[in-house]
Formats: sequence, C-alpha cells, structure tokens
Amino acid sequence: MTDLLAIGTRKGLWLARSDDRRTWSIDGPHLLAQEIAAVSVDTRRPVPRVLAGVQFGHWGPTVTWSDDLGGSWHETDHGAIRFPEDTGAALARVWQLRPDSAGRPGVVWAGCEPHSLWRSADGGCSFQLVRGLWDHPHRREWQPGAGGGAVHTVLPDPSSDRVVVAMSTGGVYASDDGETGWTPRSRGISAVFLPDPEPEYGQCVHKVAVDAGDPDRMYAQNHFGVYRTDDGGRSWSPIAEGLPADFGFPVVSSPRTPGTAWVTPLVADMQRVPPKGRLRVHRTRDGGRTWTESAAGLPDDAWTSVLRDAMCVDEGDPTGVYVGTRDGCVYASADEGETFTLVAEHLPDVLALRAARL
Amino acid sequence: MSVEVVLPGALADLAGGARHLAVDLPGATLGDLLDELAVRHPLLDRRLRDETGTLRRFVNVYVDGEDVRYEGMLAAAVRDGAVVQVLPSVAGG
Repeated sequence: MTDLLAIGTRKGLWLARSDDRRTWSIDGPHLLAQEIAAVSVDTRRPVPRVLAGVQFGHWGPTVTWSDDLGGSWHETDHGAIRFPEDTGAALARVWQLRPDSAGRPGVVWAGCEPHSLWRSADGGCSFQLVRGLWDHPHRREWQPGAGGGAVHTVLPDPSSDRVVVAMSTGGVYASDDGETGWTPRSRGISAVFLPDPEPEYGQCVHKVAVDAGDPDRMYAQNHFGVYRTDDGGRSWSPIAEGLPADFGFPVVSSPRTPGTAWVTPLVADMQRVPPKGRLRVHRTRDGGRTWTESAAGLPDDAWTSVLRDAMCVDEGDPTGVYVGTRDGCVYASADEGETFTLVAEHLPDVLALRAARL
Repeated sequence: MSVEVVLPGALADLAGGARHLAVDLPGATLGDLLDELAVRHPLLDRRLRDETGTLRRFVNVYVDGEDVRYEGMLAAAVRDGAVVQVLPSVAGG
C-alpha cells in the first residue's frame, strides 16, 4: 500500500509517495510554471485519476487530468469548464475539484471563480454549470474576497443527494438535490466586514469540513471565528475558545473519528502569520469544546501561512494530517497530528494538498 | 486569402508542433482568423480566448506589427498575406 500526496503549488504540481507516511519520495514538477489551485485524486476508478485545476498564467484556466500519476496529462478540447454563452461569464479559476462518493462513480464537482458550482458525470472531462446556484438571487451580493469570488468548498453527502458549498464571500449554502433550492446556511457565523455582523448570508467562510459521525455536524473556519453546526448549517456556534487566534483558512476533519478536526490559526486578517511566528496545528477530539496544540516537527520562526486547501487528511488509521505553507514546505503526520515530519521544502507557495491511498 | 500566424514556442504543441501556420481565411478580421483557428486547434483557441470570445488579458496579438488593441481588437482588419503574431505579454512572477 502506498500513500500519495498531491501537492499543488503556484508554479506546478508535485506528487509525493510513502509506504509509512513518514519518509516520502517526491516526483515532480509536473505542469511546471502553472498555478495548481485545485487538485484531487479520484481513487474510485480502475486506475487513480489525478485532476488538476490549472491556471496557465497568460493562457487562462482549465482542468487537466492524468491517469498515469503524472506521466501524461489530458484536457478537453474546448475546456472541461465553459460558461454557457447566455451567462456572459468566463471561467477565471478552478478553486475546487471534488470527486463524489463511491456510490456515484464518475461524478466530480468543481467550485470555480466567478462564484459557480459545476457537476461532471464523466470523471471530470466535462462539467455542467449548476444553474440553481448560478441563478440564485443572492449571487449579485456575493462579493469577491482578496483571492477572488469563488465557490471554494463542495461537500456532497454520500448518504443523500444533499450538497453543501461554501464561498468567499457568500457563506454556506445547501441544496437537497445538488441542483435546486439552494438556501443559506450561515446563521450564527460572523461577518465583521458587513454592517450587519450576523447576516443570513454574505459571510467570508474560508473552509468547511464535515464530521465523521454525522453529516449534519460541520466545522467552519471563518474570516474570524471557528464554528460548529449540528443541524446541517441552520445554526452555527463558536468553538474558537482555547485557540490562540480565531483567524485562519483551512479546517479538516477526520474521515473516521467523530468529533476530530484540525485548524492552523493565523493572527488576523491584517497579520496573516502564525501566532508568535510558530506554525502550529490545533486539534479537537470533542467537536471543538477543547483544543490541543501540535508542535512536534513544526517550525518556529515560520512567518508564513497555510492557505485554505493547503491542509488535508487521508483515509489511513490513524488519520494522516498534511499541512503545506506559502513558503513551500509540506509537513505530514501519521499519528493524527501528534508529530509531523517534513515531506518537502523550498517548493513554490503550496496552494492545495490532497492525499490518497493507492 | 491566406495569412501567416506566428505562435510563441509555448503554444506550438497545441498546433501540431508548428510555430508558423498558414491559414486560409474566409473572412477579413482577426475574429474570423481566430474562429478558423479554433476549428483546427481548439485547445490553442482556448489559450488565446476565453469562452466569451474575448482575448485573454496577457495575450498580445500583432497584425503586421500593429497591436490589435489599438486596431479594434477582434475587429482588426487582416489583409491577404498578413503576418499575425501572438506573443505573451510581460507578466507573471
């Protein structure tokens, strides 16, 4: 058994492999000089497919894929993601590529800029715009954050047709069929940049993760504030007490242990560095009631940051946790965040990490 | 009429490896030329234009040495025997 870690950076993609999740061999760069803001490894196929959301710099964005772990790359002639003509919109960046569950083989979701959700039924070769969200009357009020206005999180529920998305800005929305009836699910999450500090929608939710034990329990790292919902997003409660700061970008949850999640706090939006310059991962095992700092193997004097998709977990037991930084370092933990080892350093800014067990 | 398209090396693979393309052009504008190129090399077109048909921001196109931004963009006239050069702008990091 081999664990694969796909590392999307601002200037290419690297693939790391390990048999013990402690020592890693690095293969790359692939797609050199291209920005890889989204990456996924679809293990539901006979051979794993690496999907990458590529920004070619001068030449625009697209989705490309490899069925031989980076040996060759393919893309759809006219682009896997194309806004329909009547929208008058153009794809700016692919922010998220999310294979659905094993029960829906071939289905892959994409979250994009401008704010849009896309569904593929052919493994990511071509996507269709989810009109129900695109045509939502709230869309004109969803403002771009510093990185652009995008659907950056897509969470299909394996046990139902419900899909939850998160946007910066816009907040959390859910649909019971993944197509229609999108309703805001951000009540209780703050929006310090709006006149109404707790609006129904419009929040700058940075990332959302679903708890292993209950699809209605989710965790959100917000633009100030860490939150938990136990009712599918209808109400959120703060869980940041015990953290050194409530700002940050990623939140990830264990796929096997209920109540377990990790965040990487930063000081504040105007000071996007780890508190005291110490890169740390904080873990909860009780749904956010308490947090424990993980320091072993993580650096001091690290005036860097961790972006929203530069943190992920794997499906191993115990859960592996991976963190990538804007100064090009990647750290792996094979023991649920107790200790970390260095996977790679001196890479370009790490934008996206995804782990898969091959 | 026929025109010559000159591509940067980074895009040659999307046109069968050639940097110089001879294109028989049914129309008379840059838009007509790009539409014709899109039929033959759709991935190349995707690099030059977004799905609205707009030239990408950092793609510069010169018709006989003239920047099409000052010649009507896609409406820029392309004469028989013209040389149409595609260059990446100074951008990136």
